[in-house]
Amino acid sequence: MTIARQNRLNTAAAHGALILYTLIALFPVFVIVINSFKTRKAIFREPLALPDADSFSLIGYETVLKQGDFFLYFQNSMIVTVGSLFFILLFGAMAAFALAEYRFRGNLLMGLYLALGIMIPIRIGTVAILEMMVQTGLVNTLWALILVYTAQGLPLAVFILSEFMRQVSDDLKNAGRIDGLSEYRIFFRLVLPLVRPAMATVAVFNMIPIWNDLWFPLILAPAEEVKTLTLGSQVFIGQFVTDWNAVLSALSLAILPVMVLYVIFSRQLIRGITSGAVK
Amino acid sequence: MTALTLTNVCKSFGDVEVLSDINLTVEDGEFVVFVGPSGCGKSTLLRVIAGLEDASAGTVEIGGQVVNHIPPAKRGIAMVFQSYALYPHLSVRDNMALGLKQEKQPKSVIEARVDKAVQMLDLGAYVDRRPSDLSGGQRQRVAIGRAIVREPKLFLFDEPLSNLDAALRMNTRIEIAELHRTLSASMIYVTHDQTEAMTLADKIVVLRDGRVEQVGTPMELYNNPTNRFVAGFLGSPAMNFLTKAPVDIPPGGTLGVRPEHLRLVQTGRVNGRVTHVERLGGDTNLLVVTDQDETVTVRLFGQDPTAVGDIVGLDFDDANAFVFDVDGQRVPFGR
Repeated sequence: MTIARQNRLNTAAAHGALILYTLIALFPVFVIVINSFKTRKAIFREPLALPDADSFSLIGYETVLKQGDFFLYFQNSMIVTVGSLFFILLFGAMAAFALAEYRFRGNLLMGLYLALGIMIPIRIGTVAILEMMVQTGLVNTLWALILVYTAQGLPLAVFILSEFMRQVSDDLKNAGRIDGLSEYRIFFRLVLPLVRPAMATVAVFNMIPIWNDLWFPLILAPAEEVKTLTLGSQVFIGQFVTDWNAVLSALSLAILPVMVLYVIFSRQLIRGITSGAVK
Repeated sequence: MTALTLTNVCKSFGDVEVLSDINLTVEDGEFVVFVGPSGCGKSTLLRVIAGLEDASAGTVEIGGQVVNHIPPAKRGIAMVFQSYALYPHLSVRDNMALGLKQEKQPKSVIEARVDKAVQMLDLGAYVDRRPSDLSGGQRQRVAIGRAIVREPKLFLFDEPLSNLDAALRMNTRIEIAELHRTLSASMIYVTHDQTEAMTLADKIVVLRDGRVEQVGTPMELYNNPTNRFVAGFLGSPAMNFLTKAPVDIPPGGTLGVRPEHLRLVQTGRVNGRVTHVERLGGDTNLLVVTDQDETVTVRLFGQDPTAVGDIVGLDFDDANAFVFDVDGQRVPFGR
């Protein structure tokens, strides 16, 4: 990172590549957002034009707010996402700590078993999961979704976090043991703050697929009072007619909360890197 | 009273035996240094004493009490780590106080002890800072302070100076020696640096491959090593070993002479050519390749005009020479 080693051309090239990537990545989002503010005719006439005085319209947002209970859908999505993330991080970090810190028989096997879920998509088990949820009476509750998403996120969380936990200084944990801290306090007070960047990474990785998921809400919780935002938006997509204004508006609104969550975690990510434990 | 007694302590990780049959006593107030090359098991032994690892066999007694099944916090020990291992989220004061708070000591006692340690280590200006705002030397002093406040029966130091730069290392070494004098506490100190071992120890324990090679005072080990490993490990520059010696040695054996016991003569029992000269001001070290094609180091006191390429003769007193057999064990010679 020294200035002397940077050459102007390299810097320009690197920035050029990053800017290009940013443009490509943001383009679809941009198109969705601008079209959500246009009349239906304008969307189809010139999909890439910015809304002007003629084509500007909030009809999509009006439909979204009138039809269905969008605030409830928002709330449901939020509860499911935050709840799942909480459990993924809590249980993932605990399992990772055990795998990284303690020598016990079957440690390696347990680690492989927990990592297996990364390779096997949880949707394969949908039928069995649905049967289980029916029998436990969890169908059409938010808990059904939270439990499934926690199961879905844990393998990767354990895998990433255990790698990071291995890097936390043994001396620090041992100092805690000599000072008489319990293993729980060592875990929560000494180790967790030091793996905050990894936790943020895991949170971001898991957050987006959970927020955007349509499959499990459709199967496990299709009832009106537990609909998530993605499922709620589907009412505007019909077999023969699709209300594009409403769909685009709903999608634009759906971006907001996930962006807020991302900002929170990315700040944690930067703060985590700067904490000074050893040397 | 003995501060620590180890009886037949063994430790293995799976099939790998890292410590085998260690027997050792540390008297009250004694400063004992474990020294050995990296991977010799010295840190593992310290961790077994601390209770951070369980011994696979044997007993560990601290202050006359068998502690094999007692957790580290209740063993009456305190430990200072190589990487300082300060709690990043606590201030200097809280770092020191945490152990006492866990012991449920009354507030007044905690404050008194922390203040005393702060004064002793000259940390007054930093008590409210976080570890990340301190330099390496200050962090290590805080770590030492954290050990002092617990008033342990036994101090354990795990290579505490390895992360410090040379000047600071010497200062901290002296501070630790002074600390030992003021507290007259029992201390165990692990290092791979033979200078630290020689300068600090009342008693040195030389370890190799999980075994105790020799135990003794620094001068005993220097003057009377029982084997080639100990002879080569202690002393700087290291002892010279000649396989084609000018004296009678057993087949496959070696002759050992310390660099400071070799002197320059016209024609001696060993002759060779100087290939390198290190002038340190106070001493001069010569690297000499002998006629038998072996390299020896000669340490001359003061400054010496000998230059690279000079042909020199070397000699020594038999009383200062050691002979080792093919297994590296010392055999009687000279004296």
